Amino acid sequence: MSLSYSCNGHICENLLVMDSFVRFLKEREQEQLIKILSFLFYIFRHDDLKEMLDSNKDSLKLEAMKRIVAMIARGKNASDLFPAVVKNVACKNIEVKKLVYVYLVRYAEEQQDLALLSISTFQRGLKDPNQLIRASALRVLSSIRVTIIVPIMMLAIKEAASDMSPYVRKTAAHAIPKLHSLDPEQKDQLIEVIEKLLADKTTLVAGSVVMAFEEVCPDRIDLIHKNYRKLCNLLIDVEEWGQVVIINMLTRYARTQFLNPNESLLEESSEKAFYASDDEEDEDKKAEVTTLEKRKPYVMDPDHRLLLRNTKPLLQSRNAAVVMAVAQLYFHLAPKAEVGIIAKALGMFEPYLKSFYIRSTDPTQIKILKLEVLTNLANEANISTILREFQTYIKSMDKDFVAASIQAIGRCATNIGEVRDTCLNGLVQLLSNRDELVVAESVVVIKKLLQMQPEQHSDIIKHMAKLIDNIQVPMARASILWLIGEYCEHVPKIAPDVLRKMAKSFTNEEDIVKLQIINLAAKLYLTNSKQTKLLTQYVLNLAKYDQNYDIRDRARFIRQLIVPTDKSGALNKYAKKLFLALKPAPVLESPFKDRDHFQLGSLSHLLNAKAAGYQELPDWPESAPDPSVRNVEVKDSVCAERTVLTGPEGAGVLLLQTTRGSSNMQDLPKKRPKALTKKHTIAPSGSIKMYELLHRITGEGLAVEYCFSRQPFSPDPNMVAVQIQFTNNTNSETKNLHIEDPRLQSGMRIREFAEIGLQPTGESVTVVMGIDFCDSTQAANFQLCTHTRKFFVSIQPPVGELMTPTFLTENNFKKEQGKLMGMNEILEKLTLGEKCVNEHVIVERVTATANLSRVPCGSDKECRFAGKTVSSGCLVLVTVTTKEGGGAQLTVNCEKMVIGTMLVKDILQALSQ
Amino acid sequence: MIHSLFLISNAGDLFLEKHWKSVISRSVCDYFFEAREKAVEPDNVPPVIRTPHHYLINIYQFKKLMFLFSKLGVCFIVDVLYRMCDYFGECSETTIKDNVVIVYELLEEMLDNGFPLATESNILKELIRPPTILRSMVNTITGSSNVGETLPTGQLSTIPWRRAGVKYTSNEAYFDVVEEIDAILDKSGTAVFAEIQGVIDACVKLSGMPDLTLSFMNPRLLDDVSFHPCVRYKRWESERVISFIPPDGNFQLMSYHISAQNLVAIPVYVKQNISFFETGSSGRLDITVGPKQTMGKTLECLVVTVHMPKVVLSANLSATQGTYNYDPVTKILVWDIGKLNPQKLPNLKGSLSLQSGAPKPEENPSLNIDLKIQQLAISGLKVNRLDVYGEKYKPFKGVKYVTKAGKFQVRT
Repeated sequence: MSLSYSCNGHICENLLVMDSFVRFLKEREQEQLIKILSFLFYIFRHDDLKEMLDSNKDSLKLEAMKRIVAMIARGKNASDLFPAVVKNVACKNIEVKKLVYVYLVRYAEEQQDLALLSISTFQRGLKDPNQLIRASALRVLSSIRVTIIVPIMMLAIKEAASDMSPYVRKTAAHAIPKLHSLDPEQKDQLIEVIEKLLADKTTLVAGSVVMAFEEVCPDRIDLIHKNYRKLCNLLIDVEEWGQVVIINMLTRYARTQFLNPNESLLEESSEKAFYASDDEEDEDKKAEVTTLEKRKPYVMDPDHRLLLRNTKPLLQSRNAAVVMAVAQLYFHLAPKAEVGIIAKALGMFEPYLKSFYIRSTDPTQIKILKLEVLTNLANEANISTILREFQTYIKSMDKDFVAASIQAIGRCATNIGEVRDTCLNGLVQLLSNRDELVVAESVVVIKKLLQMQPEQHSDIIKHMAKLIDNIQVPMARASILWLIGEYCEHVPKIAPDVLRKMAKSFTNEEDIVKLQIINLAAKLYLTNSKQTKLLTQYVLNLAKYDQNYDIRDRARFIRQLIVPTDKSGALNKYAKKLFLALKPAPVLESPFKDRDHFQLGSLSHLLNAKAAGYQELPDWPESAPDPSVRNVEVKDSVCAERTVLTGPEGAGVLLLQTTRGSSNMQDLPKKRPKALTKKHTIAPSGSIKMYELLHRITGEGLAVEYCFSRQPFSPDPNMVAVQIQFTNNTNSETKNLHIEDPRLQSGMRIREFAEIGLQPTGESVTVVMGIDFCDSTQAANFQLCTHTRKFFVSIQPPVGELMTPTFLTENNFKKEQGKLMGMNEILEKLTLGEKCVNEHVIVERVTATANLSRVPCGSDKECRFAGKTVSSGCLVLVTVTTKEGGGAQLTVNCEKMVIGTMLVKDILQALSQ
Repeated sequence: MIHSLFLISNAGDLFLEKHWKSVISRSVCDYFFEAREKAVEPDNVPPVIRTPHHYLINIYQFKKLMFLFSKLGVCFIVDVLYRMCDYFGECSETTIKDNVVIVYELLEEMLDNGFPLATESNILKELIRPPTILRSMVNTITGSSNVGETLPTGQLSTIPWRRAGVKYTSNEAYFDVVEEIDAILDKSGTAVFAEIQGVIDACVKLSGMPDLTLSFMNPRLLDDVSFHPCVRYKRWESERVISFIPPDGNFQLMSYHISAQNLVAIPVYVKQNISFFETGSSGRLDITVGPKQTMGKTLECLVVTVHMPKVVLSANLSATQGTYNYDPVTKILVWDIGKLNPQKLPNLKGSLSLQSGAPKPEENPSLNIDLKIQQLAISGLKVNRLDVYGEKYKPFKGVKYVTKAGKFQVRT
């Protein structure tokens, strides 16, 4: 007892001390104390984390960073750790580093001064040999939203834009919009970078740079001209998200550059119709003909066609966004006849009618959209099925959906005259539904339908008049009253009775109902004043003192109109005409009308309101701008084609080997001069020799030639690329060209080209196949099959085609040569041929014989070449030392002695000619 | 583009946020919570919500909400969201909470400044290796990390979906043809609408760079197909074979759709009688399920789900097979039948009690059926052969067929 007492005493004492202390302080000092305390708490809050971050162990740092990032993810403030975290930006552990980056990007904006401490680390990272580190340094640097570093960012972006790695260039493209949003004044410089990156030939960069273009300078359509065809051709190999952005941009581009394919068609047909009717008037006809002549017939720009053709296969993408993008492109750009491939607008969804049937488990917004589709698809043929389907919807538990269904029935009834009566009957049955909302909605729809042909439906109007006792929903009551008033002549006995009832309940009605009561009273007064004069007066008097000024106003206005007094002017005479004028039947419209002007698939289209950042799709131009702006200088494109998959022709050949662009060849724009195309695809450089695989005569009209294109074969780097050209000289099409039954030496492998489905008469097709010869000159035998014949053919490589160039420095060359002495070295003396007068000719002869590259060399007496065998990667080193008087010495170093010996023989022959 | 992402649990707990541009206060989610309250069912929340400065776009997955806002291209963003869900697979709120750092790192890699950077899951798995128990143990001991140090090879090649240098001791390729029947049957049991949604899931564990060709016995069946980016469109168009260099591991090769014009076999019939009485606040329920066109296979995992009207308080039923459960809160009756025995058809019968005084429900509830048939693709689609080119080994190959009920609804 005593113990606990004393304890309590202590607490009391302490409290008292505190209390007196606090009281002792003045109010202002109290405030300061609280500040100091919270500051102390603030300092020590994350002490443990700070300690861990300062330790030497990476595992502790990692643990700390993980906890910090978890805090950020949950939205907790961790900004006070900034100094401790930023110190670790140079940490060697890559995971710690990444997490520090995450932290930095999140808080740099709040702690600008401290963030600057980390910049030098990123600048160092930009020079790192590892491309992933270069890229992530740029990513983080550009994500730090601190204005002081704008010049540094600009510089980094410019450098990265010409980086060797396409991944880093992609990151540069991503950084552009970031810098633009941080400092819009950099726009001009950024556009320069965009222009440069747009010319990039890799698929990796294409999507990102177009995204940057869309964000920074979507109006600079002129930048696209030169890249248009390239983008179209690359499209299929770009990653999915890039495809979406590019397709959307190209849609806009096409709307500014090409003519409307539909407009001219329309005019043409109308003109023809005009002809048919006016046969007799010759003069008119002549005039017409001249106008027609002036008007050029519409021919689709080949580039417009190219876009449509190259986007079509993407409809099969697994990515809904890509499919949607292509669909909107066809919707906005294609001739109406072709829109069908996305699903045929106007009747095009008809075969899929049942796919839009509604399940009770669909979310409401989906139900409403499906209902809209079904209503739009309704026609004479399918209306009975649709109505039966609608009937089941009316029983749904989802009341919003039921209301929408009833409206849909109404719309079907207005659009299709045949079923109007059926619909009306169905709706009248609904009037006895238990649910008031259903009844109310039906009344509203029936009112609209009756307006179309009131004469035939007086019984329905009577039925509805009876309903007024039961229905409580104001909108429905108002609708019934309006109907009775409007058609009071059809129900002369009931109408006054309804007015009597309503006059009784007037004061308790909702405002819209009150207005309709006044309306009904006025109409009855004009048609049947004998029975209703007093009632009308009574109603108008009640309305005069209503709380709502609208109602008071309306009552005063109507009284003046219908009740003749001395003051009432000329209008009184026309009162009947005013009130009982024939009113046009309402059009039941789709709630989704009016959104056509937004680009399909855009946020604005969904919301039916212009969203921030929405770019209007431009209208077609009156006349097409100059199409030649899209022509690319040939020289430029040829150099590029060699290295990467690009440019129309290059893409055709190389894509065959890669992924899915297969045989885009046939899809090339026809505009290009044919001879040029041939030259590039078949013989990339003059030195490449063509070999015959199948003579025109033995092949019964099918001629086949091949060459070793010396391109790396991308599906399998251990294979030699063999380019095969088929020329169909027969009078018929050749079908299903493919390879069968390869007979190969053990170890050899063949990668067949994709089957050529159809080759028209007189055309040439080029494909690439890969053969792994296992570094031997044994022939690869196989059968070449068409749909009718099989031909035995064989490809035997010259030894020089079994290697690919490697790049060595002079020192490396000497080092490697030193390793390949003795048995592996072959020395031959020779006399140079008459034409081998200088170094240049020697180099040309050697590289024509073997696929080697030149190695830099200090002495002008020596020429060195290096390569390695395709299959096993053994080095092949060749040295030619010239002596005075036309003599020379040839040295070949190669681990594979057979190859070495054969190569010596071939080179000797080439040089001594 | 995508500005920020918030993950919200079913209970309304905001448990993860990520900003790709400057930070937006989480108070913006209040607009969403407001809409959600109005919508009653989480399914019914409008997919796009306008706020004065942002657009909130939300999707509902695995009983949790992903939700964010952005400026442009709805379809685009929704798809990005679904792709994120793909990567995480069937994940729950707890798995995300447990791996919050990895999820955060992933989000960081997937989008840059709100624009997708790498969504191919093969690449992501190389950049940030998915956690396993073994790896997390090794990591704690050796201090190594889950983060890849070099750029994934796929990122640079023209076949980004496959990493280089794949090696397996046993080479295997398995394909699962999974078909789902979407159907609406009317009261009398005739199909108002039926179609088949199929997918071919693949699990390919092959070394090197194999080039595969998959052909079907009856490819003409498929009229609407979409492919994984690895599939060569032109070969499909000209020859109706699927030619591709596969990604490593599990992926969805293609999905297809067999439309309502073709006759779709309905494997099950349902005899039902659900009625509510005018007086006495009660109702009766009697459901019998039987096999219809099953091609001689057994129906498995049969489940009947009924969304009862709000006034149904409880159900007193007896099932000849399986178990039933009625949740009076969600008003969902689930009858789990299991395997269907054609000799003795399962039946569920009994009475329902309604809230007293409430008017009897207008509509009878519709039944949702779930089922599974092993070793059968209901469309009759058959894989003919799989050829491997470009590699020397002979892989082990296998094809499995499964038919399931998709959105299979019986109106009453």
